[in-house]
Amino acid sequence: MSLRDYIRNSQVWRSVFRHPAPKDRRNRAVVILTNLILHLHPVTIKQQAIALSYTWCMGGITFFLFIVETITGVLLMFYYRPTLEWAYQDMLALRDAVSFGILREIHRWAGHAMVITVMLHMYRVFLTGSYKPPREFNWVIGVLLLVLTFLLSFTGYLLPWDQLAIWAITVGSNMARATPFLGHEGPGFQLLNVGGFDLITSTSDARFVLLGARSVGEETLNRFYILHCVGIPLIAAFLMGVHFWRVRKDGGISQPL
Amino acid sequence: MIDPHPDLTTPVIWGLGWFWLAVFLMNTGWAFLRWRYRACGASGAAEDSARRRSSVRSVLFWGFYAVLLLAIAALHFAMAGRPSEFWFRLPEAFKDTVDELLSNPVAYFVLWIAAFGVPVCFPAWVAKPTVGWCALNAALVFLGLSLTDWDFRQIVGKPDNVPIVGMLFLVGFFTWLYFHRATDNDRRLAEGRPLREQENNDEVLVWPDLVYIELICMVALTALLIVWGIALKAPLEEPASPVRTPNPSKAPWYFLGLQELLVYFDPWLAGVVFPALIIVGLMAIPYLDFNQKGNGYYTFQQRKFAVVMFMFGFVVLWVSMIGLGTFLRGPNWNFFGIYERWDVHKLEVLDNVNLSEYFYLHSPDWLPWAGPLPQAPPEASTAARLGYILAREAPGIVLLFLYFGLLPPILAATVFRTFYLRMGFVRYVVFIVLLLLMALLPIKMILRWAFNLKYIVAIPEWFFNI
Ligand code: HEM
Repeated sequence: MSLRDYIRNSQVWRSVFRHPAPKDRRNRAVVILTNLILHLHPVTIKQQAIALSYTWCMGGITFFLFIVETITGVLLMFYYRPTLEWAYQDMLALRDAVSFGILREIHRWAGHAMVITVMLHMYRVFLTGSYKPPREFNWVIGVLLLVLTFLLSFTGYLLPWDQLAIWAITVGSNMARATPFLGHEGPGFQLLNVGGFDLITSTSDARFVLLGARSVGEETLNRFYILHCVGIPLIAAFLMGVHFWRVRKDGGISQPL
Repeated sequence: MIDPHPDLTTPVIWGLGWFWLAVFLMNTGWAFLRWRYRACGASGAAEDSARRRSSVRSVLFWGFYAVLLLAIAALHFAMAGRPSEFWFRLPEAFKDTVDELLSNPVAYFVLWIAAFGVPVCFPAWVAKPTVGWCALNAALVFLGLSLTDWDFRQIVGKPDNVPIVGMLFLVGFFTWLYFHRATDNDRRLAEGRPLREQENNDEVLVWPDLVYIELICMVALTALLIVWGIALKAPLEEPASPVRTPNPSKAPWYFLGLQELLVYFDPWLAGVVFPALIIVGLMAIPYLDFNQKGNGYYTFQQRKFAVVMFMFGFVVLWVSMIGLGTFLRGPNWNFFGIYERWDVHKLEVLDNVNLSEYFYLHSPDWLPWAGPLPQAPPEASTAARLGYILAREAPGIVLLFLYFGLLPPILAATVFRTFYLRMGFVRYVVFIVLLLLMALLPIKMILRWAFNLKYIVAIPEWFFNI
């Protein structure tokens, strides 16, 4: 008996995987059914549905990049404190004190890449007409995921707390000032007043809610940090669960009817 | 004296040498594929002989091209030590011409429209592998040559901008791939053959057929990210300072399309209403598209309208505007050519005029309304004030009313007749309003470029400008 077979047949191995190696038809089906992660997949699938030139693999790549972001992000959280005093210092330390450190790089580039791949995924889903019945609602979930991906990247952009960061967020959030009715420089904000007092001012408008202050500052950093590391990832992960579930329930990857 | 902005240095020439070597390898592979293809075609049939001869010519052509690239790469490696004598670079005259002709948003926009129009008008031609390959080579040669310019390198080589260059190539590639597969299917449909998606379409086991693809994909991506992470450092600028505004201040790259809109629209539209409508509009697509064809396979002929609309939005209004904001907007949000030095003092005269000013001030005198803008006297009541404002902005308000109120029924009775009949009233209204709003973006941009039009309706009193 070879070592490999010995391990495969040991009580420990079999307690983990619950079936023999996926070498024959039956066990190749069982492996998908009994494994939590693999069971996102069906047991069998149409050959053309998984052709690279059909799906471009973009949804899968987006999901993979999300996982990369989660792992590298958690590791970065060990080194990073979201305060005015430390945020930038911790960035410097990551750059200068860690030899061969590419944690921040991987997190940043995978983040950019995820925004690109999610856009391309949407592009291919449109071009194959995969949003048509019965997949309409999954497209809607997808649009929400697209927005969440932008927001994930946007909130993360602030965290290095350098010039690039705060001014990009300043430019990006300035427009909230002009929200109709809810921004203190938006059309119609004067309509929301009680007895002559404006309800919408620079300390109560949409931008203030976004930033937690009248300009990008410590409160914003804290707010964006929590949204970036906890809030948005949780919502996005939940919606991805729904998204994948719907791909299966709607009949798998789309095919000519 | 040492030039602080050298076009060429030894490391740059080395890097370019590797670049050309990579292009050489790609084209060698391509020439080899052509050759193999020729061998396959040699089935002996008489009609094949002409095709074979032409493919021999094509192999020769690509082989020759590859050798040329190899020579260029070798030249770089041989001359890397003497940057000042290195002659394989873009001539200044060429750069100046490009900057002069193309360094304005109009030319840029027109170029993208053209790039978008070619595949839409000639899908079958674009879908050919050779055409796609030539386009890729053209883009690479352009990139390689342009990289010999200092200013071009500054903007393209910025770590955060590198992914955007990659995105442009990816969008181009996938658009080509779409047309390639769609044309194939359209031909099959016309000839009554089964679709590509229906051929060789056995049911296969996910383990191994899909799981292995995923595994290989994950390993490859991990490798890519590690190489990318080593090659390019994540940017870290000076510590944040709320008082020192960088010039230009740019939003994160994926929002640059919206920031570009700020040039043409007020923030409440560009920053709030349009983004919200983009999201809502995207979500509405499945409920507006009543065409049941083209579900789950690539086709162009069966859903031309939908594809053209979406592609226009995605490629011309989204991706191209990201490119514009990233590469061409410099200090003071001025427009700079790709080889132009970012000069903070560059002046661009902005003399934009509101529609109401055109209407009242710039009308010929014999028109009854020509004269000063209607303005409320200081003692006027609120209601009177309102009246004056409305009178002043009447031309714009009427135009917008015609655009959103009159155009939809006219279109419903003419061009979009079938749409209206198949969609019903509510869906048609949602569809046409979204479509007209999308069309408003290029319309306003063109009006600005052509007539310096600032606002169609300008009521700064209420922060309400369109
Ligand atoms: C975080 C973002 C997203 C992830 C991780 C994700 C993941 C996936 C995956 C893995 C699939 C399976 C097929 C494939 O890979 O193409 C899929 C399918 C699908 N996705 Fe997404 N997606 C995301 C965003 C989006 C967006 C932005 C849209 C559209 C606006 C969208 C719409 C769809 C639809 C309609 C399907 C079914 C396609 C079919 O059956 O061919 N998804 N998604």
